Amino acid sequence: MSKIANAFNDGTAFIGFLTAGDPTVDKTIEYILAMEEAGCDLIEIGIPFSDPMAEGVVIQDANVRALKHNTTTDDVFEIVRRIRQKTDIPLVFLTYINPVFFYGYEEFFKKCGEYGVDGIISPDLPYEEKGEIADIAARNDVDVISLIAPTSKERIQKIANDATGFIYVVSSLGVTGMRSEIKTDLNSILSDIRDVSDLPLAVGFGINTPQQASEISKIADGVIVGSAIVKIIEEYGENATQPLKDYVLAMKNACK
Amino acid sequence: MNNGRYGEYGGQYISETLMNELLYLEEQYNHYINDEEFIKELNTLLAEYAGRPSLLYHAKRMTQDLGGAKIYLKREDLNHTGAHKINNVLGQVLLAKKMGKTRVIAETGAGQHGVATATAAALLDMECEVFMGEVDTKRQALNVYRMELLGAKVHSVKSGTKTLKDAVNDAFRDWIARVADTNYVIGSTMGPHPFPMIVRDFQGVISLESRQQILEKEGKLPTAVIACVGGGSNAMGAFYNFIDDEDVKLIGCEAGGKGIDTPYNAAALTNGKIGIFHGMKSIFNQGDYGQIAPVYSVSAGLDYPGVGPEHAYLRDSKRAEYVPITDYEAVEAFEYLSRMEGIIPAIESSHAVAHAMKIAPKMNKDDIIIVCLSGRGDKDVRSIAEYRGVELNE
Repeated sequence: MSKIANAFNDGTAFIGFLTAGDPTVDKTIEYILAMEEAGCDLIEIGIPFSDPMAEGVVIQDANVRALKHNTTTDDVFEIVRRIRQKTDIPLVFLTYINPVFFYGYEEFFKKCGEYGVDGIISPDLPYEEKGEIADIAARNDVDVISLIAPTSKERIQKIANDATGFIYVVSSLGVTGMRSEIKTDLNSILSDIRDVSDLPLAVGFGINTPQQASEISKIADGVIVGSAIVKIIEEYGENATQPLKDYVLAMKNACK
Repeated sequence: MNNGRYGEYGGQYISETLMNELLYLEEQYNHYINDEEFIKELNTLLAEYAGRPSLLYHAKRMTQDLGGAKIYLKREDLNHTGAHKINNVLGQVLLAKKMGKTRVIAETGAGQHGVATATAAALLDMECEVFMGEVDTKRQALNVYRMELLGAKVHSVKSGTKTLKDAVNDAFRDWIARVADTNYVIGSTMGPHPFPMIVRDFQGVISLESRQQILEKEGKLPTAVIACVGGGSNAMGAFYNFIDDEDVKLIGCEAGGKGIDTPYNAAALTNGKIGIFHGMKSIFNQGDYGQIAPVYSVSAGLDYPGVGPEHAYLRDSKRAEYVPITDYEAVEAFEYLSRMEGIIPAIESSHAVAHAMKIAPKMNKDDIIIVCLSGRGDKDVRSIAEYRGVELNE
């Protein structure tokens, strides 16, 4: 059992995302610790990529900012190393597969294991291509988090059967970004997944208000928020610690 | 080839949200490509609308001037809309229509694929939106207006390098949001399976015709087939039906830009490394840590930091060779063919012409070269004038 399970022990988990190196490596560390203090149960750290195809404008811009001062995969590992001196909070990487492929799967997952990265989410690695990393990740005790989308339908069973850690349920069609309303029939998707899996189900894409978090937390085991957090960092730059704490606290309270 | 793989290349590295749609597309494609009615309809469009078969033209003056191999030009520039892009687009838009879609989207670099998609969408009464990098909307402004005339909406893409790769990113982003009513009509032999296969098959008509035409005219197969390679659709089309003819050399010409030892080129097969991007495992220009590199070419249509997976496979298996051609060489070839044969070639196609100019003089008179003239050069006149420092007052 991986450490990821711990994130789901205290009511509905609140999962926060930020892009590593936005605005700086030091600030990323500070913000992760602040988010944990405010109640985040698991943190997704985005490895910056030149072409984040599944992201909306807010996270695209964060990638641009992080890459502007050359945040590298090694910098991201350094962030994890320093975080791990302070906390055991479950950490997962959100990364497109090319930076991992380029780094070398063996080397990348060996470091994940050594530094204490508990999982990896790769938006461009669907079930059919999971074989790229599945064995190497497992050998290093890194969960490969599977995504299930509103369009997955009959694919749900095979994806869920093969999943580890938690299942990332994509709330809506489209790319990441804040939405005023989530129209997908999440109840029915979540229930289809629960029929075939006991893993925690966390819902992401579009969630940004405490009210949305509260609604989702009634039916899901976790609430994932990315763009709204990144937007705060975009707005406050190097002075985002307190606004992030305030936001995460409000969201975590809404999840209870 | 199976499961979308060409050796280790290809695959389906794409959002889960799109997976069922890609599987559905593959199933529908396999159905319709074996459906007599569909093929008849497509062939009628190709013949009566696009103007196929395209000519295989013996370039006598060029042949004489270069003094070696006999040179033929496969005249894809004579197709309706002025490039090979229409072959693929008619197939894909007709397929989308049969699948019950009401909207098509496309990416475009030089604008040729966007114009072709807008054209087919007008003809088949489909809604059409085209994604084009902001940089390209400026250097190919005429094509933007052309697409709008045809009823398409053009999105100027301002993310990343604001060129072709970013247009592809935004097209995929749009498609993820609207899979139900929309097909992504991808313009090259790239992206996740089944796109590289579908585009190759629809472009395969180029070599299907040219193989038959050269046998009729010369009673033998060519020594070499030369085509330019960006994503690689005209080259895959020009090569495909010659792949089993092992004595026929297949040569792809990449954008060497300002030189392959400078950062200003788009020669993926020369300078790139294996990677995973835009839904496929293939060869990409990339920097440290696997960031996709900004690329450069005088030609907007070749300004792409990767290449289709089947080309990567043809290179590794040594069935085809790939050479870089610089901006300078391409511009010289652009001007050469204009003067020598009265044919103004697209700057993309000029890369292939340039390589023919290099190798033809060293070959024997009974050797034959087929150059795929993938498009016409009217769209490039302004940028070539600029390259030469000529001021045009319009």
